[in-house]
Amino acid sequence: MHDAPLMRLPVGSVGHKTFGWWGMTTVVMTEGSLFAYLLFIYYYFVVQYGRVWIPETPSLRLAAPNTVILLLSSVFVWWGENSAARGRTRRQSLGLAIGLLLGLIFLVVQAFEWRDKPFTMSSTSYGSSYFVTTGFHMAHVAVGALMLACVLLWSLLGYFDRERHAALSIAALYWHFVDLVWLTIFFTFYLTPYMG
Amino acid sequence: MAVADYDRSLELEQSGAPARDRLTHIWEGEPGLKGWLSTVDHKEYGKRYIATAFLFLMLGGVEALVMRLQLAGPNKTLLTPEQYDQLFSMHGLTMIFLYAQPVLSGFSVYLFPLLLGARDMAFPRLNAFSYWIYLFSGLFIYAGFVIGYGPNDGWFNYVPYALTRYNPGPNMDFYAIGMILFGVSSTAGAANFVVTFLRARAPGMSINRVPILTWGTVTTSFGILFSVPAVSLAFFLLWTDRQFGTHFFDPSGQGQPLLWQHLFWIFAHPWVYVVVLPAMGIVSDALPIFCRRPLVGYTVVVLATVATMVMGFGVWLHHMFATGIPFLALSFFSAASFVITVPSAVGVFAWIATIWTGRPVLSTAFLFFAGFIVMFTIGGVSGVMTAAAPSDQQLTDTYFVVAHLHYVLIGINVLAVMGGLYVWFPKMTGRLLDERLGRWNFWTVFLGFNIAFLPMHWTGLAGMPRRIYTYPEGLGWTAVNVVTTIGAFILAAGVLLLLVNVLVSRRHGAPAGPNPWGGPTLEWATPSPPPPYNFAVIPAVASRHPLWERDLRESGEHSSIQRGMALDEGKEMLSTSALDAEPELIQKMPEDTLAPLLTALAATALGAAALVHAWIAAAILALLLLAAVLAWLWPRREMGQISERRHA
Repeated sequence: MHDAPLMRLPVGSVGHKTFGWWGMTTVVMTEGSLFAYLLFIYYYFVVQYGRVWIPETPSLRLAAPNTVILLLSSVFVWWGENSAARGRTRRQSLGLAIGLLLGLIFLVVQAFEWRDKPFTMSSTSYGSSYFVTTGFHMAHVAVGALMLACVLLWSLLGYFDRERHAALSIAALYWHFVDLVWLTIFFTFYLTPYMG
Repeated sequence: MAVADYDRSLELEQSGAPARDRLTHIWEGEPGLKGWLSTVDHKEYGKRYIATAFLFLMLGGVEALVMRLQLAGPNKTLLTPEQYDQLFSMHGLTMIFLYAQPVLSGFSVYLFPLLLGARDMAFPRLNAFSYWIYLFSGLFIYAGFVIGYGPNDGWFNYVPYALTRYNPGPNMDFYAIGMILFGVSSTAGAANFVVTFLRARAPGMSINRVPILTWGTVTTSFGILFSVPAVSLAFFLLWTDRQFGTHFFDPSGQGQPLLWQHLFWIFAHPWVYVVVLPAMGIVSDALPIFCRRPLVGYTVVVLATVATMVMGFGVWLHHMFATGIPFLALSFFSAASFVITVPSAVGVFAWIATIWTGRPVLSTAFLFFAGFIVMFTIGGVSGVMTAAAPSDQQLTDTYFVVAHLHYVLIGINVLAVMGGLYVWFPKMTGRLLDERLGRWNFWTVFLGFNIAFLPMHWTGLAGMPRRIYTYPEGLGWTAVNVVTTIGAFILAAGVLLLLVNVLVSRRHGAPAGPNPWGGPTLEWATPSPPPPYNFAVIPAVASRHPLWERDLRESGEHSSIQRGMALDEGKEMLSTSALDAEPELIQKMPEDTLAPLLTALAATALGAAALVHAWIAAAILALLLLAAVLAWLWPRREMGQISERRHA
C-alpha cells in the first residue's frame, strides 16, 4: 500500500527530518526547563525578601552591548546555515566563524562583568543566584561555541553540501536557544530591578 | 540528493532465507566480551535494564526487611539510629529511582521498536549510554553506603538537615552527585523515547493507532524532560551550598529551606506518574489480550494518560500542606489534587469494562493485572484522603502516608511489572514462565503485600510517625507492627518465587512460539526471541490491532507484514512523519561501539573526582569525556552524513 512513495526517499542525514535534529529539540526542551527553574529561584527569593534582597541595581554598561553581541552572533550563524542550504560553502564557513567569534567575545565580556561585582557567590543568596545562573549560561555558551567550532571545522573539511548539513542545523538550533535564554536572564537580572 | 531511486520493497515469501541471512549479517554484533560491552541492540539493553532493576529491587527489599525486624517490637536495638537513617534513605531512593523507573524503561527499551515496527531505537548508542550511566549512578550511591557514608536524610533529603552544619560527612554528596548522574540517564532515555515515538513508527501507524504502552512511556518522557532539571539543579545547588558556601537553602545567608522542598516536589510529584504511567500502559496493552477483546475506550485512556501527566505538574504543593503555606495555596492545590483522580478513574473504568465485556482467561498475568486494579483503587482512595488538606495535616509523616505510597507504587508498578514479565518473558527468551509457580508467585505477593501494608493505615491513624527507629511499649502499635513484619516476609518470599520461576524457565520453560497469547500488536509477528534486525521487512500498518484484523474487521484495509521495504543495504531504518507516519527518510544506523560505555565511565569518574575535590583529575576527565563524545559524533560516510555519491 505504501509502495509508491517509498521509491524515492532521501538516504542518511538530510535536513530537519533526521533523528538528530529532533533529538536536539528534546535537549532544548529539557535545558529550557533548567533555566526556567533557575529563574524561578530568583523570583522566589524576590517574593520572599522583597527588593532589598538585590544588593545593587545592576549596571547595563557591559551587559547591554554584550546582549547585542550575542544576538548578532545568532544572525551570523543563521546566515551561515542559510548559505549552506544554497550551496555557498565559503559564506557558510564565514557565517559560522563570525558567529563563533562573537560568542567568544561574549564570554570574555561576561568574565569582566563577573570581576566587577562587589559580591561573591557565597556572600548572600542573591550572589549565589546571580553567579550560578549566569555561570550555567556561560557553560552553555561554551558548549555551544564548541559545537560551532566542530561544525566550522567540518565545514572547512568539506563535510557538508547543499542537502547534507544536518550537523550544522543542529548546532545552529542549539546556539539560537542559548541566545534566547540569555534574553530571559538579561530581562530577569538586569531589567526587572529598574521596574516599578 | 542521494535517494533510494528504485523499488526496494521485498516479498518475504519469495526471497525469505537469503534476505534474512543478509540482515542478520548486517545487524548482528560481535561475539564475546567486547561484543557484550559494545553492542547497541535495544533488546539487549531492555533485558539488562530489567535485570539490573530487579537486583536493586531485591537490595531495597532486604533493606526493608532489616528495618521491619527492627520495628517488629518495642525498644529493639538491632540497629542504631544512624544505621536506621541510612537504611530507610537507601530503601526509598533505591526503590523510587534505581528500581521503579528503570524497570519500566527496560520494558519500553525492549518493546518500543517491536511495538512500533522499527529496527531499533532512534539513537541506539544513546540508549546504551543511558543504561551504563544508570548502572554507574546506582553503583556510585551504593559505594557510599558500603563504606558507611550512605545518604541518611530520607529520599526527600530535606534541608537544613542535609546541609554541612548537621551533616558534615560525605553522605549527602554521594546522593547529590549520584542523582545528577541518574538524571543524565533518565533524560537521555526520555529524549530517545520521544524521538523514536515521533519518528520511527511503521508506515501507516498514525498517532491514533499507536499501542498504549508507548503512549504511557512517551508521556512520561515529556514529563522527565520538564521535571528532571528541577531535581538535578536542586542536588547541584545543595552540593554547592555544602562545598562552596552558596546560600540557596541555608537561612543564615538569606537562603530558603522551603526552596528545596519546592524544587524537589516540582520534580518528585511528576515522578510519581513517571513510575506508574508506563505500568498502566503495560496493563492497557496486555490486559485486553487476556480478555480476548480490544481495550475499551482507547482514545479516552490516551487522553487521560496525557492529562494525568500535565496535571501532575500542578499539584506538587500537596506534599507541603504541613509547612505553613498560605490558605489560598492550600485550597488550590487540594482542589487540583482531587481533580487528578478523574483521569485515573478513567483508566480503572476502562480496564473493568474490558474485563466485563471480554472473555477473560485467568492466567497468571491476568491475576496480576486484576490485583493491580484493586490495589490502584485502594491507593487512589487513600490518596484522596491525603489530598484533603485538613486530614493531611493529621496524617502527614505518619505510617498512613507510608501505606498509601506503597499501595500506589507496589500496586501500580510492581504488580503491573510482574504481570508484564509473564506476558513478554516468552518474547524475550522464547520460553514460557511456569504457570503453576506463577499462581503461587501471585498469591504470596498479593497476600503478603496486603498483610504488610493494609495494617499500616491503622498504625498511621494510631499516630505512629514514619522514620522513627523504635518506639516505646504501651502505645498500641506493637501488634500491628508484628503483623506488618510477617507480611513483609511473605511478600519477599513471593518475589523470590518470581526469581526462581525466571531462572528455571529461562532454561527449562515450555517453548513459546512467536505468539503464545494470541496478541494483536506487531511484536507478536516476530519470532521469539526476535532476530537482531527485529523485522525482515518494514511492516505497513492499517489498524490498531494488525494481528487481529481478520477477526475485528476494524477497517477495510489490511496491514502488510510479509511484504514491505527490505532496507538491507547496511544498517538502515525508516523514518516517518510525526503524526501520520508517512515514510520520509531512510536513516542510516550506527555500528556497535565502546563510545557510550567509555563516555558513561568518564562522566562517573568525573563525578567521583568532584566528590573528593580532585580538581586536576576532574579537568583531565572532562577532556576525556569530551574526546569520547567527539569520537561518538564525528561525521562518517557510512552514516550518509557526508556527501553520498550513490546509494547502492
